[in-house]
Amino acid sequence: MADAVVGDNPARRSHRRRPGTVALAWRQYRLERRMFWRNPSAAFFNFLLPLLFLAGGGAILAGNQDQLNRLIPAIAAMSVMATTFTALAYNVVFLRERGVLKRIRGTPLPTLSYFGGVAANAVTNAALQIGIVVVAGKLIFGIGWPRDWAELIVFVLVGVVSLAALGVAFAHAIPNFESTAAYVNAVFLPVVFISFYVFDSSSAPGFLRQIAEALPLKPLIDGLYGAIVTGSGLGNHLDALAVIALWGVFGIFLAVRGFSWEQHRT
Amino acid sequence: MSDAAVAIDVRDLRKRYGEFDAVRGIDISVRRGEVFGLLGPNGAGKTTTVEILEGYRARSGGDVSVLGHDPGRRSHELRQRIGIVLQSGGIYSHITPREALHHWASFYPHPRDVDEVIALAGLHGAADVRSRRLSGGQLRRLDFALALVGDPELIFLDEPTTGFDPEARRSAWETIRKLRELGKTILLTTHYLDEAQELADRVAIVKDGRILAIGAPRELGVGASHYRIAWRDRDGELVERHTDDPTSLLAQLTADALARGETLDELSVARPTLEDVYLELTADG
Repeated sequence: MADAVVGDNPARRSHRRRPGTVALAWRQYRLERRMFWRNPSAAFFNFLLPLLFLAGGGAILAGNQDQLNRLIPAIAAMSVMATTFTALAYNVVFLRERGVLKRIRGTPLPTLSYFGGVAANAVTNAALQIGIVVVAGKLIFGIGWPRDWAELIVFVLVGVVSLAALGVAFAHAIPNFESTAAYVNAVFLPVVFISFYVFDSSSAPGFLRQIAEALPLKPLIDGLYGAIVTGSGLGNHLDALAVIALWGVFGIFLAVRGFSWEQHRT
Repeated sequence: MSDAAVAIDVRDLRKRYGEFDAVRGIDISVRRGEVFGLLGPNGAGKTTTVEILEGYRARSGGDVSVLGHDPGRRSHELRQRIGIVLQSGGIYSHITPREALHHWASFYPHPRDVDEVIALAGLHGAADVRSRRLSGGQLRRLDFALALVGDPELIFLDEPTTGFDPEARRSAWETIRKLRELGKTILLTTHYLDEAQELADRVAIVKDGRILAIGAPRELGVGASHYRIAWRDRDGELVERHTDDPTSLLAQLTADALARGETLDELSVARPTLEDVYLELTADG
């Protein structure tokens, strides 16, 4: 039977069809989406967190339109960070510890297809959350539709890519899944607090302002504020975009360089 | 042996972790269609060796060829032709075996039929259950199934039955025999002697990163040790004698017993097992 010797025939092997990298990325993306929705608690908290912040902030700031105008882009930027940086750090550590990454590494699935699918999943979650926040801003907080869609899309895309890469890179520093929450929150919470505070308060101390401007979240809030509320145009926020993009380059470098497909025994 | 007949060729393989030499010069040659066993205690360097062949680890020295490829280069073509059952590999919690197999099948140019693989791995009743609800034995079957779905020529099995109950082991052995019948080449690591004896055409006994003996399980047994003859004497004591020449010893024992008008109760003649060889070879000191 010819089947038994297929592997011994290089001529026949040479015109085997190689499944396309993009097609495989698409399949991986669909799998990631399905897995995401099947974990109800993760899906729930992923979308509940920004809504809770919106509800809480909205209740406190009710009637103060200027403050509400600043709340929406801040929550939107935080959502981007939660769906990319936080979610990917969790995901990578979990899959690494479970041995899923190692198993995938042993198959012909191209690395690019795998990460393409994973990244597209994060982008989808970020887009869904931005959508929720923007719609809530319009319907509940009277902010109106975003003034500058181009700026919104550019900032969300650059923000998602940068923070996703940083999340994967940060996973390298997390030793095991049990400690993931501690590690992630040790970064996420201070960054959110400093960025929100500096964005909101003109009287913030200079050194805090400098720190916040150098981190990726505050520039992202500035960009989204411009896009959603003022419509001042992308040109006015190029320096903010540059800061986020620089973090992105740094994040991609670290994410690729130190990536580990398996849990190291300690 | 011609190249086409050799699936794996390893010459003087070495692996060093810092100051520790995990593999210290291993030579093996696995023929196509053969089930080759790496047998040894924990920490012998079996998994390190296999993970170098699978492309997970870089070697420190030596030459390695897997289906004509250097696994260290991690070529896409090689990964299409091998299947890997890791010692412990996980899967998404919320995926069913059938979904996982369909997904995995899409990585390969000529996958096997998913239903056929489910049957082959013995996953019938569990194919549509989410993996977090599967038992340990069912998850191991899924490991097998995922390694088979790409229809690989060469399959690596790293301790495929560790932690199994006897029934689950039997059924895993059954699957491995079926793979052999399909013409697959299999490299198996195990620290169970009976497993190596049951499944492998040839066995290499590994300890401290070196091969102590290599050969067919029965050859290894005959070469190294003695026949064991045992019986129960008149006082009910178990008596044991070892010899290289069981024929004459038996003749002498039975003649003496008959002359005394006694019987040799529970008389048994045992060929040396792989276990005897293994214990002899791996004994410290």
